[in-house]
Amino acid sequence: MILKILDVFICGLLLGGIYALIAVGLSLQYGVARVLNISHGEFIMLGAFGTWSLYTMFGINPLISLVICGPVLFVVGFFLHKTLFKSLLKSSASIGAFEGSSLLACFGLLFIIQNIAITSWGADIKGYSYLSVPVNLGGAIFAANRLVTLAFAVGIGIAFYLFLARTRLGKAIRAAAQDPAAAGLMGVDINHVLALCFGFGALMAGFAGVLMSMCYPIKATMGLEYTMIAIIVVVLGGLGSIPGSFIGGFILGIIGSIVSYIEPSLSLAAYYVIFILLLLVKPTGIMGK
Amino acid sequence: MNITTFISKRTLVPGLITLILLLLLVTSPLYAPAYTLILLTVIFMYIILTVSWVIFSGPTGYMSLAPAAFFGVGIYTAAILGSKLPLLIVVCIGGLFSVCLALLVGALTLRLRGIYFAIFTFGLVMLIAHLLLFWELHVTGTRGRFVIAVDHTTVYYVMLGILVILLLTALFIRHSKFGLALQSIGENEDAAAHTGINVTLVKVITFAISAFFIGAAGAIMATRWTYIDPFIAFNPLFSFMPVLMAIFGGMGQLYGPIIGAVIFAYLEEFLITRFPYYYMLIFGVILVFAILYMPNGIVGLIQKWRKGGQAGEDAGT
Repeated sequence: MILKILDVFICGLLLGGIYALIAVGLSLQYGVARVLNISHGEFIMLGAFGTWSLYTMFGINPLISLVICGPVLFVVGFFLHKTLFKSLLKSSASIGAFEGSSLLACFGLLFIIQNIAITSWGADIKGYSYLSVPVNLGGAIFAANRLVTLAFAVGIGIAFYLFLARTRLGKAIRAAAQDPAAAGLMGVDINHVLALCFGFGALMAGFAGVLMSMCYPIKATMGLEYTMIAIIVVVLGGLGSIPGSFIGGFILGIIGSIVSYIEPSLSLAAYYVIFILLLLVKPTGIMGK
Repeated sequence: MNITTFISKRTLVPGLITLILLLLLVTSPLYAPAYTLILLTVIFMYIILTVSWVIFSGPTGYMSLAPAAFFGVGIYTAAILGSKLPLLIVVCIGGLFSVCLALLVGALTLRLRGIYFAIFTFGLVMLIAHLLLFWELHVTGTRGRFVIAVDHTTVYYVMLGILVILLLTALFIRHSKFGLALQSIGENEDAAAHTGINVTLVKVITFAISAFFIGAAGAIMATRWTYIDPFIAFNPLFSFMPVLMAIFGGMGQLYGPIIGAVIFAYLEEFLITRFPYYYMLIFGVILVFAILYMPNGIVGLIQKWRKGGQAGEDAGT
């Protein structure tokens, strides 16, 4: 019994690590850049399929793909904000109007990216086997790739938190999150910082996609599901709070793992129930003010 | 030009055009080919979804992504009751079930503002779809259901009927005190509450009215699809489409969403038949460009063009 509980708990942590990365990315894009990026999941999908292609075609180690796919997606996200969202921001009368129009633009992006992926990779489920050797952990047995995934997710999360807390650029990002206008007056190049945030969001999604492709089967239409999970985690952790998103990701991962242990087909429904209850009871989230 | 001729001219010309259009549409089953009728039915469906969405979300500014939920409720009503009751009653019940859902959701959530409301309503669609699938798989042991088919002329007339009632309702709301109250909620909700408007009641009632028509449209549309499952009925696309169509058309005037829906519905049909693999891709590109370059939609373009013309005339005299 104790072994079973440990098993479910560690599975939840593994799932939670990926959820946390996805949510940190969305938190940067929505909390700072004010773009509720519905196409966030498509970047995860791109990261996953990029890794799959590199591994099956050129035999490149998925952990090396991390430093290939991540930066490429960062550049894509950066220039998306520099072109599309910047001109939307200019033409919008208020921040509310910008949120609405950027949400719709993201739907457009979702359709575009998803259909490019379907036409180039097909719509069926894909996967590859990497590091799938069993590891014995206190009696429960796990595949090594899942443990590597968890280690990398936590490592990336901590590194990014240190970047935000310790560096000058991190300070600028935190300032832009609190009050964009005041940050601009203090000499922060606000458009540049917002574009960087959007790029970092895409980078996190890319990392999550690479790690995910090591453990789970992937398909071209998987994006929207993960976007919804990311939104739920971000609301759970509190909008704009990076530690909140990280903690929220692990909480949701463990809940998901418990529910799928009892009834696998209900785990997504459970997420939505939590989300709806949360919006009704405490819409500011666990770390929100 | 005196005022009376101005007013009569303003209402007479659009009135006449509408009347002629309506006569053409009512008599079209007599001479139009079946394909045209089916296409028109789909176009009507999209107009109903879009105008219903605009009735609530246009003036209040609450972005609802719930249409797919109401649409799906209508579809499942038709699937369950379609073989037991007459068609018109099924359509009405489909609408009424949607109203019940809207009242429940509205009373619970209309205090959420801004983007939270949009996310919540979208979450609702997915939650219903997942729970329904679970129910179908584990309790009734089915996955999909068959719906009693109805011939396309009947579907066409019922859809047209719903559309006409919806447009009259929309016009009535726009020109009534109720519509004014809605408008003021959109402008400034706190100020509206201070002037004595029961803000929550007005919002919930409007939400329910818009749900009724979407549910009714779902019930009649199901008879054309004949086979449904939870993810066909609660397809999130039916939440996004009305929003896109309304923004593409422009929400300032009633004809804006109608034009948007007609163009998008036709575009969808055109793209699906010509480029079945690239249809959503082209759709996405059009969407991004429409938001970038036409923030006020087609109505914005028309008004700009009209204003330009008028300014020219004034300069001339």
